[in-house]
Amino acid sequence: MLITRRAEFSASHVCAQPALTPEQNAQLYGPAANPSGHGHNYVLEVTLEGDPDPVSGMVFDLKKLKELIQQTVIDSMDHRFLNYEVPPFDKIVPTTENVAAEIWRRLEPHFEAGRARLNNVRLYETDDLYVDYPGASAQDGR
Amino acid sequence: MRVTRRYRFAASHRLHSAEFTEDENRELYGKCSNPYGHGHDYVLDVAAIGPVDPVSGQVVHVPTLDRLVSEQVLKDFDHRYMNADLSEFKALVPTSENIIRVIEDRLNARWSDAFPGEWPRLEGIRLRETKRNVFELKS
Repeated sequence: MLITRRAEFSASHVCAQPALTPEQNAQLYGPAANPSGHGHNYVLEVTLEGDPDPVSGMVFDLKKLKELIQQTVIDSMDHRFLNYEVPPFDKIVPTTENVAAEIWRRLEPHFEAGRARLNNVRLYETDDLYVDYPGASAQDGR
Repeated sequence: MRVTRRYRFAASHRLHSAEFTEDENRELYGKCSNPYGHGHDYVLDVAAIGPVDPVSGQVVHVPTLDRLVSEQVLKDFDHRYMNADLSEFKALVPTSENIIRVIEDRLNARWSDAFPGEWPRLEGIRLRETKRNVFELKS
């Protein structure tokens, strides 16, 4: 069974590779490369997979999942400029893909033991663009 | 990793097959068979899958995907009567099942021009005809 918890955070970022020229960055990222940055209302959906506990009837306590998302993701990313304030985005470009993978890396250790497994991280950058990351092991290096 | 991009188009259609009698069409398609057609605000989700490019940090260059979908789909579908304006539906009933297949064919026809490498690949298409009717195709 899958259970999903949604959370939101607002953050700014700039998508540009220091190794590339401003023209190359503009070609690659469009207006997202504008040097002073811009922001989004990100929507995060964290999906867990597991069988419900026969006593509690729950795959995972959603209150605990809410707290875990708050502590591992929202507290450090909400109302921040990702490139300047949230490592590793001082070194890697905070594209939606990279932010989703970082959120997976932060959450996954909390589900290594126990009944529930992390199944998917979905991150909406806008209503019209989102990424799904089911973990590196699930997808043959994709 | 999968990246999903949402697009919208408004189009009309009529569900009516020459294989059936008027009564059979009415029985099968109901009000969707009314003679002058009717329309929907379709929502089209296109999903691409692939590895995150280590330099760009991206699975897919979204402006390139936008151009492909615009050229191959939206330009021809948006604000059109599909039965009359699209050659694919001269002999094919434009049900959402058939529309989603036509859209897949159109994207595949130019996908490798837009994305010449091994990745990204078209992963699937979802077409929302109304809030209550959603169709999904895995490539």
